[in-house]
Amino acid sequence: MALVDFFVANGDKILELTLQHVKLVGLAVATAILIGVPFGIYISQRETLANLVLSIAGIIMTIPSIALFGILIPILSIINQGIGFLPAYIALVLYSQLPIIRNTYVAIKGLDPNVRDAAIGMGMTTWQRLMKVEVPLAFPVIMAGVRVAVVLTIGIGAIAAYIGAGGLGVYISRGISTSYTVMVQAGAISVAVLAIAFDYLLGYVQKKSAPRQQRKGLT
Amino acid sequence: MKLAWDRLVKWTLIFSAFCSLLWAYNTGAFDFILEYPGDFRVLVVQHLKLIGLSGLLAIVVAVPLGILVTRPGFKKLQWIVVNFANIGQTIPSLAILALAMSYMGIGFQTAVFALWVNSLLPIIRNTIVGIEGVDPAVLDAGRGMGMSQRQILFKLELPNSLYAIMAGIRTSMVINVGTATLGFLIGGGGLGDLIFTGISLNDMGIMLSGAIPVIFLALIVDFLIGGVEKIVVPKGLQRNVNLI
Amino acid sequence: MIRYTNVTKIYESAAKQVRAVDDVTMHVEEGQICVFLGPSGCGKTTLLRMTNKLIPKTSGSIEVGGKEIDSLNPIELRRSIGYVIQQVGLFPNMTIEQNVAVVPNLLGWDRVKIKKRYEYLMELVGLNPDEYRKRYPWELSGGQQQRVGVARALAADPPVMLMDEPFGALDPIIRERLQNEFLNIQKNVRKTILFVSHDIDEALKLGDTIAIFREGKLMQYGRKDEILSNPAGEFVEEFIGSERMLRRISLNTVGDLIRSMGGLAAKTGIMPMQRSNTVDVQANLRTALSVVLSTPHGEAYVVDEEQKALGVLRLADFHSFVRTMSPLKSSG
Repeated sequence: MALVDFFVANGDKILELTLQHVKLVGLAVATAILIGVPFGIYISQRETLANLVLSIAGIIMTIPSIALFGILIPILSIINQGIGFLPAYIALVLYSQLPIIRNTYVAIKGLDPNVRDAAIGMGMTTWQRLMKVEVPLAFPVIMAGVRVAVVLTIGIGAIAAYIGAGGLGVYISRGISTSYTVMVQAGAISVAVLAIAFDYLLGYVQKKSAPRQQRKGLT
Repeated sequence: MKLAWDRLVKWTLIFSAFCSLLWAYNTGAFDFILEYPGDFRVLVVQHLKLIGLSGLLAIVVAVPLGILVTRPGFKKLQWIVVNFANIGQTIPSLAILALAMSYMGIGFQTAVFALWVNSLLPIIRNTIVGIEGVDPAVLDAGRGMGMSQRQILFKLELPNSLYAIMAGIRTSMVINVGTATLGFLIGGGGLGDLIFTGISLNDMGIMLSGAIPVIFLALIVDFLIGGVEKIVVPKGLQRNVNLI
Repeated sequence: MIRYTNVTKIYESAAKQVRAVDDVTMHVEEGQICVFLGPSGCGKTTLLRMTNKLIPKTSGSIEVGGKEIDSLNPIELRRSIGYVIQQVGLFPNMTIEQNVAVVPNLLGWDRVKIKKRYEYLMELVGLNPDEYRKRYPWELSGGQQQRVGVARALAADPPVMLMDEPFGALDPIIRERLQNEFLNIQKNVRKTILFVSHDIDEALKLGDTIAIFREGKLMQYGRKDEILSNPAGEFVEEFIGSERMLRRISLNTVGDLIRSMGGLAAKTGIMPMQRSNTVDVQANLRTALSVVLSTPHGEAYVVDEEQKALGVLRLADFHSFVRTMSPLKSSG
């Protein structure tokens, strides 16, 4: 089959593109977690701010990814980083914010109030309560948000090829413009497999991280 | 105190939206639209056709399918459909479009097909979750009182799952507006034309004259479907459901 | 009205066979409340749900109103039987009025008739029809919801009602109130009611007859005083509990005791008559016993409605009365 031949012949290139892709996604999601989780915890304590933040994040989600790339390009051109890695990275971080912040917020708010009550009653400070009790319990739901973010960014990362950020989308874009069907398929299948694999992996981590009595089927 | 804060926030948002539109004007975004209104209109119509057709077909297939697999005879099928939907939703939309193109060639129809596939999945999943989530006591009461299977479906299961189904439709349609921009890449036309052309020509004006209408379109679709939700979902049930 | 003949329900799984209902034969008469009583898993709910064909029976026959249910269309059968469950199951997508009107609507009644019926039923269950008409189930408390549930079951005026632990999910105070009101309603409507419960006190309070089940088998069926006086076997005795005689005498009043003994001892005049040592002639005997036990000499005055003293009740009188009731049987 032509497709299989292609994979065999271009194995290195595919690997290189995959690594580029994973690097982009990994950095973006890691950044998003570092920003989003603390922020999510913060807004879980302040309801009014929560609505605002979630609405803004929601609005960002309605912006089609290529448009967000497009908007970032002129802004970043000022520092000569118009195309390539940086705009893609920033856009991906922004897109990951909603699932991560929202899930963190929902997770912490959704905790059994009795648990919080007991922690406060035992004399824990807010910081201790959050770090020792609430975050560990909220971990599975936060993990679900990270999972959504990863799958999302793998998808959008494919589009980033169109602004020079590399990744597996390169095969799709080049394949389409040169009418090289097999290349298109190779790119599409690779990125699809990548997404499915990570989803499965993170799903496993999520299940395993749920403490015994919490297997409630949270998505 | 809270109201004052909310008001402040709302006006800040409107102000910044206004500012960004001003900036857009500066870069000449609206010049393009003003100079080539005909072309612009053609693209908008193409985009509307893409999202309209794919969206409508998605709803028409996904909701009945979701209902079907919750019926007693078809529970086995449910597992297949749910997993299929989950995997399908994981696959990046660009990949779906690209694969469709590689088998079906470029063009409007391919784009509609790919967008249709992409939009099906959230709706199917939400339909299933919604119906399965109806309180079993309610169904038991209905059955014990002498409702037929059909009556239970239409009077109990559907009204009580409408919130989840509408949420799925809304999410799917709004995302579809954005995904349709990729339709340009496989020959489907639409506002993606302006966006991608703008990027490759490094012309902000052209890019924004595609991007901003798309964002507006997404917000309008969200607003409209939200309106339909309010009308259609029985008053007793408009609560906050978190479906990811 | 409802006749069970050798009714059996067997659940088969790869490993074993479970007899959820084992060869039950009994007859419930019209206008009676029959309580299906027993521990969890004894088959009482299964038997109830077999009566309106929610669960198919394995063998035996069930007749409702003289007709074998096998020959009846299940949906029509259910529309002619009122059904109340523990979790209520009010339809969240409908208003209270719409909920109550469900079966009449299914049967095609006209709107005026339905509206009148709704108003009548809401008054019957103690809720203001206009106040609740447009409300939704989630706005109501548990007790209110279950009242609506009862109204809904009575809507089409079915001759038979099936009730599966309807008050089980309510707190004790509300439960007691609903039980009392339920008895009042039954005085008005005189339905044939099958009532599932696991609570012996509830069964004694509400039931005219009681059917005690264990692991699918019917252990005893009869009027409540019979069961209390003559429990059939160790299981029934233990299920009723060691306060059996106290429960038994609570079914009778002081008046019954006087009648059966042909009179009371005269006033002895030793102690003055006060509230703490008098008991009304209509009070039940368990209450009377409590009063007698609380007096210094074990004696209480019996008075009628005008507070006129009829005589003195003594501890020994209770024992004599109990002896004149049906002879007690105890196992082994």
